[in-house]
Amino acid sequence: MSSTAQSNTDKPRLKTSAMIASIAAEGQRTKSAPFGNALVELAKDRPEVVGMTADLAKYTDLHIFAKAYPERFYQMGMAEQLLMGAAAGMAHEGAMPFVTTYAVFASRRAYDFIHQTIAEENLNVKFACALPGLTSGYGPSHQATEDLALIRAIPNMTVIDPCDALEIEQAVPAMAAHFGPVYMRLLRGNVPLVLDEYDYKFEIGKAKVLRGGNDVLVISSGLMTMRALEVANQLAGDKVDVAVLHVPTIKPLDTATILREASKTGRLVVVAENHTVIGGLGEAVAGALMRAGVTPPFRQIGLPDQFLDAGALPTLHDRYGISTNAIAATIKGWLG
Amino acid sequence: MNTTAIGHNTHLAERAYRIRRNALRMGEVQGQGYIGQALDIADVLAVSYFHAMTYRPAEPEWEGRDRFLLSNGHYAIALYAALIEAGIIPEEELETYGSDDSRLPMSGMASYTPGMEMSGGSLGLGLSIAVGRALGLKRTGSTSKVYTLFSDGELDEGSVWEAIMSAAHWKLDNLIGIIDVNNQQADGPSTQVMAFEPIVDKLEAFGWFVQRVDGNDLDAVVAAFDAAKNHTEPKPRMIVCDTKMGKGVPFLEDREKNHFIRVDAHEWQLALDALDAGRNA
Repeated sequence: MSSTAQSNTDKPRLKTSAMIASIAAEGQRTKSAPFGNALVELAKDRPEVVGMTADLAKYTDLHIFAKAYPERFYQMGMAEQLLMGAAAGMAHEGAMPFVTTYAVFASRRAYDFIHQTIAEENLNVKFACALPGLTSGYGPSHQATEDLALIRAIPNMTVIDPCDALEIEQAVPAMAAHFGPVYMRLLRGNVPLVLDEYDYKFEIGKAKVLRGGNDVLVISSGLMTMRALEVANQLAGDKVDVAVLHVPTIKPLDTATILREASKTGRLVVVAENHTVIGGLGEAVAGALMRAGVTPPFRQIGLPDQFLDAGALPTLHDRYGISTNAIAATIKGWLG
Repeated sequence: MNTTAIGHNTHLAERAYRIRRNALRMGEVQGQGYIGQALDIADVLAVSYFHAMTYRPAEPEWEGRDRFLLSNGHYAIALYAALIEAGIIPEEELETYGSDDSRLPMSGMASYTPGMEMSGGSLGLGLSIAVGRALGLKRTGSTSKVYTLFSDGELDEGSVWEAIMSAAHWKLDNLIGIIDVNNQQADGPSTQVMAFEPIVDKLEAFGWFVQRVDGNDLDAVVAAFDAAKNHTEPKPRMIVCDTKMGKGVPFLEDREKNHFIRVDAHEWQLALDALDAGRNA
């Protein structure tokens, strides 16, 4: 090895604004490609399942399905509008397409195609869309900070935001069992494994209390539930008792469970989401509470209404207040 | 071939006349509609529904049918006219065209109308859906074909070219595209809004089997559909149809060319009379 190479290995690893970065913390337990593996498993008994992508099979874990079922895999090229239209056509002819791309491209570039060719006819198309919210350091082109707001506004759509590898594995057969279009935010690659330590089973449309607590109720989805559980552990050391209500289905919202939990007196209600504070879980919960006349002290943790910076994910999660430490500090500040 | 075609075409001319008549009657109901387009495409629809396609009028969802996708949803008035003539929609329903709770909304939507295979309105969707349908039919081993009608204006949409590239990539020989080149779109002549010629050369370069015909010449349209069906290369097929807005009603053919031809209240009956005069001539 040259001396230059040697000295490089001694340097601390540079922080990076790479497109793809693992959201797993150092030392965290992970599982590889839960979506791709679960889809292969599902496809064994469901011959109508096909996989379709727009030049992002490898980056959405669909390559595992493509390898297992090459004749049921459709590479549509880097053309998201075509991808969605073709998925509609496939569904019309009896297939159940699992369509993958990045969340930005599904929700922004191909929106009209999802809206008109799939949702309007309530076709049985499933979307698995990677890099949800702020899970890419690449800048706004790849940061899907508004995908939930956009997709949940479409009638007929079911929208889910799984927390970890276990939940993704469980979500895939649940998506297939539900007739109609389902949009899933996808965590890919080595995905953290958290919910196996809880007595947890994913069900579409069901919010679940993962942890009780008397001072704060955190309502969260996606990877923010993982953060919320860490925050609860951290704040327990400061004698702050944090409950965590996991809401993986953004639409239809489990209003009954949310109202029941938010009605328990004496708790600060905090919605935490990996999404802009506009139009996502926070405003969905706020609307449900207001409509029911349930008005606990209410706060939102989420991404600001701005185009986010490029940078390393840990840096950005700190900067925008969605890292474990940042969330814990914010909640402590609110408690005074 | 010619004899057969002529034999067919007497019968097809009558079908085309009745499609035009149905469309004019619907236009009269609402006092408006994309009647210029309906009249220009009637011959192509007559050939599609009464020469080329296999379907069961009483069973519009029959699996073995050929699919007909209307990408240009504003041509719904024309397709309804053909679906009525084909016995898929009862003729008396024509009186409901564009009215509240009608199965015949002004813009074509799949969930409203038997025989309407897609929801149009937003232009440039049809060919992408057709690619998926053609792939889906191959997946199940079906020999049905996917016909997709779209307009020259839709060639402006990038997604149409995504689908054009993809159909050739997948060798979709069960897909037959039909482009209505009437050279009119919302803001003016299509060739001026966005130059799309030479369209045949472009499509051939993209790997399609392409024919260009006078879309109001029934002999030519029949021959083109036959050739598209019988072609043996593993390529998608496109029939570029040059048509005349208002065809069959001379005073509308001569009216200042416009995407939305204006017809005054008293003119609907005049148009029907002119159409009938042409039939009897």
